[in-house]
Amino acid sequence: MGRLEIGMGPKEAAEALAKAFPSEIKETAEFQGQVSVTVSKDRIRDMMRFLHDDPALEFHFLSDICGVDYLDKKEPRFEVVYNLFSLPNKTSLRIKAQVAAEDLKIDSVVSVWAGANWRERECFDMFGIRFSGHPDLRRLLMPEDWDGYPLCKDYPLQSDLGDKEWQGYKDVIDTAESNKKYGVR
Amino acid sequence: MDNYAIYDGLYAILGIPRDCSLLLQFIAIMINIVLVIAVVMLHVAYATYFERKVIGHMQVRLGPMRVGWHGLLQPIADGLKLFFKEDIVPATDFKAVFKLAPIFVVFAALSSLAVIPFFSTFYIANINIGILYILAISAVSTYGIIMAGWASNSKYAFLGSLRSAAQLISYEVAMGLSLVGIMIMAGSLNLKEIVSAQQQQWYGMYLFPQFLGFFVFTVAAFAETNRVPFDLPEAETELVAGYFAEYSGMRFSLFFLGEYIAMIVMSSMSVLCFWGGWTLPPVITNAIPQLNMVPGIVWFVLKVYGHIFVFYWVRATLPRYRYDYLMRLGWKVLIPLALANIVITSIVKYLA
Amino acid sequence: MQSEKEITTKYLTLNMGPQHPATHGVLRLVLDLDGETVVKCTPHIGYLHRGMEKWSESRTYPTAMPLMNRLDYVAAVANEIGYCVAVERLLGVEVPERAKYIRTMTAEMVRICSHIIWLAAHAIDIGAMTVFLYSMRDRETLLDLFEMLCGARLLHIYPRIGGVRCDVSQEFLDGVYKFTDKFPKLIEEYETLIDQNRIWFQRTKGIGVIGAEEAINLGLTGPTLRGSGVAYDIRKVSPYDAYDKVEFDVPVGKNCDVYDRYRCRMDEFRQSNRIIRQCVEKLPDGLVLNPDAPGLDMLPGPIKKAAPVPAPEADAVPVMSPAGPAFTEIYSATEVPKGELGYYIVSDGTGKPYRMRIRTPSFMHISALPRFCEGNLVADVIALIGTIDIVLGECDR
Repeated sequence: MGRLEIGMGPKEAAEALAKAFPSEIKETAEFQGQVSVTVSKDRIRDMMRFLHDDPALEFHFLSDICGVDYLDKKEPRFEVVYNLFSLPNKTSLRIKAQVAAEDLKIDSVVSVWAGANWRERECFDMFGIRFSGHPDLRRLLMPEDWDGYPLCKDYPLQSDLGDKEWQGYKDVIDTAESNKKYGVR
Repeated sequence: MDNYAIYDGLYAILGIPRDCSLLLQFIAIMINIVLVIAVVMLHVAYATYFERKVIGHMQVRLGPMRVGWHGLLQPIADGLKLFFKEDIVPATDFKAVFKLAPIFVVFAALSSLAVIPFFSTFYIANINIGILYILAISAVSTYGIIMAGWASNSKYAFLGSLRSAAQLISYEVAMGLSLVGIMIMAGSLNLKEIVSAQQQQWYGMYLFPQFLGFFVFTVAAFAETNRVPFDLPEAETELVAGYFAEYSGMRFSLFFLGEYIAMIVMSSMSVLCFWGGWTLPPVITNAIPQLNMVPGIVWFVLKVYGHIFVFYWVRATLPRYRYDYLMRLGWKVLIPLALANIVITSIVKYLA
Repeated sequence: MQSEKEITTKYLTLNMGPQHPATHGVLRLVLDLDGETVVKCTPHIGYLHRGMEKWSESRTYPTAMPLMNRLDYVAAVANEIGYCVAVERLLGVEVPERAKYIRTMTAEMVRICSHIIWLAAHAIDIGAMTVFLYSMRDRETLLDLFEMLCGARLLHIYPRIGGVRCDVSQEFLDGVYKFTDKFPKLIEEYETLIDQNRIWFQRTKGIGVIGAEEAINLGLTGPTLRGSGVAYDIRKVSPYDAYDKVEFDVPVGKNCDVYDRYRCRMDEFRQSNRIIRQCVEKLPDGLVLNPDAPGLDMLPGPIKKAAPVPAPEADAVPVMSPAGPAFTEIYSATEVPKGELGYYIVSDGTGKPYRMRIRTPSFMHISALPRFCEGNLVADVIALIGTIDIVLGECDR
């Protein structure tokens, strides 16, 4: 509780990170009181280890890991987002690691947080980002033989099987189309 | 033959002379058996109804209410449904074993009924090793369970049958030992004689001197009949249904039947050995002589149902034991208790 | 004849689920058993994967709401509130005081509902059947109250971005207040059924022990984490709605086992009851929905600059510049009955989220299940699935 008064807020945490890894930090932004630090992916595991172990920061809790696909909007295309939370400081921090589409891999942080395991698997499942050093990188939510990575922005929203489409699905679509004349959506 | 004094009751009821022809004797035996089985089946059917009603009311609900007045015809509807249900046999190499298993279970349960004296003059066989016979025959049902689990070609059924085999064998030891005290006190293994031996005492029930044996017996009876809290072989939430997971329709209902008959047999055993069977304690009958007018079967059935009620009550109350605790309870608590009971009973009997 | 050394043993692989009475939905566990001991446990999920993250990218913020209550369908309002809080933080929408209290009240009501389901399922998994029916009886009262509140019993879609859909009636408040009077006695009734039972102790004490540090490392949240002795509750740490205006304690366990998690949730019943009571007593007057908040008629295109938003609280950062081309993002966590529900929303300034990530507690808890199960008996697996309190709709999304 005492440490809360010292006030290791998200900004201070971001500064501490920038001091330890000056060459890795690309950008620091703040929105609605939340600080996000954009970093390059090369030393991500070291950074996470630092954030986790540093006695002043103590980001012991990994709230979330997820991927974001900025197709044609940003370069490099992918970002892996780590939302961290420090229980002693009651501070959250967001680390965004840039991953280029040409080099679709990043170091796994399972050795830092055991709880990262499935979220990295899911990120691989949804975006195809490979986590090197992950103990068991398999598809998680999608079937094992699934083609493509569904949360990518270029993943088709509708199938293009044409005539080969399953009849039951075509019937549903036809009914929905014919219902449009009643204003039912 | 005559030594065993079989069929007195039925002969008396049917008015057949004791020295009648063999054929007539055979017919008499058959009628007797059919009578017992029919009555017990009816009781099994209504034991399920009783169970659902009792547990229902304990669980702030009503139980069956739709079929007949307060659901009275529910067991019959259930029976009909099970009878006409499709009989599914899983893909297994042991179809014959699969089909034989429920028959074993029901056979074991029904055979136990043969030596139970329902009242002083009604029983199928009055043999001198009644208790041993029941213990031995009820062990046969273990075979049925193992066969079912093995032939079902399913891992859940397999695990369930393994659990059941281990459980039944362990608790049979405790159960057998818990009855030794009774044997010592009565000086007989004949169930009918055990009851009459209890009548010699003013308290009329071995329950009081043998409370330790009674406790062990009751716990072991719960385990023998696979009832809560020892229903691990069929633990619904762990093993889905255990050894009869793959059974359906009539075959499933045979297992069900076996379990309920076993429950009735165990309750009857307990009533005969500890509660004075169809008699009341002489203290009570001496005080209120009118009670002697009531036929013995009434007391017997009342006591059996009281026991079965305890089975249900426990089911509605307790969580399920874990496998290792169950074994620990059987071997480390119940068997030493039963042995202690034997020692104490022997010493008291020797001194007396 | 084989000598003893030549006899090799093989593990028995048991496939538990996706259809199994104790896996609470369509969880599939592949267990390698050595006798009755679990050597290896591999959870398989995804049987209920509906692609909500992708789906919500093609819906405007208000119309994505009905997806959100299909996450944890036994505590629908809590998920909706979590979503609304996230969108409000992203768009800078103010919520009227009265709506905040109503939201807090309903969130605690579904917390009770969810914990009741948990208690019932946990108890029946361990074999105590009667608790199930007792607790379901009392859940019915709450469902009736919800029906009175918004017409729906399970999937309420009651909160809205910027408030709640409709005001509460006096009859509803009376009903809730009466329930809070009665409920502590009912909790005691559940406890009499199992809490003094030796078999219950044997089945729960010393099972599934995970220490505080490891629990944090695994990403456990909610009562599952608090049972391990970590007083991490988002309602206290970063309060939303009216949680900073009501009094409540955060129950914490000591022995980190199944029993302590059970105790934690039983104590949370009482705390939730306390919060509901305070909400009814303190409920202020006023609007229940911010009229400027985006409604169902929100357009998928760039967000138009609305009328000047009311002055934000002193320490809040100014609202995002609407229709800006830059990406803005928010991670907003709320405490749902099962743990931390986090929404990470990336907005490109239009009426649809660019990326919506849902961090659900059940997902994390199931990922920790191998750590819980390995080395325990099959019967304990059931108790452990119960103790982490999962809903598969939330896990698979």
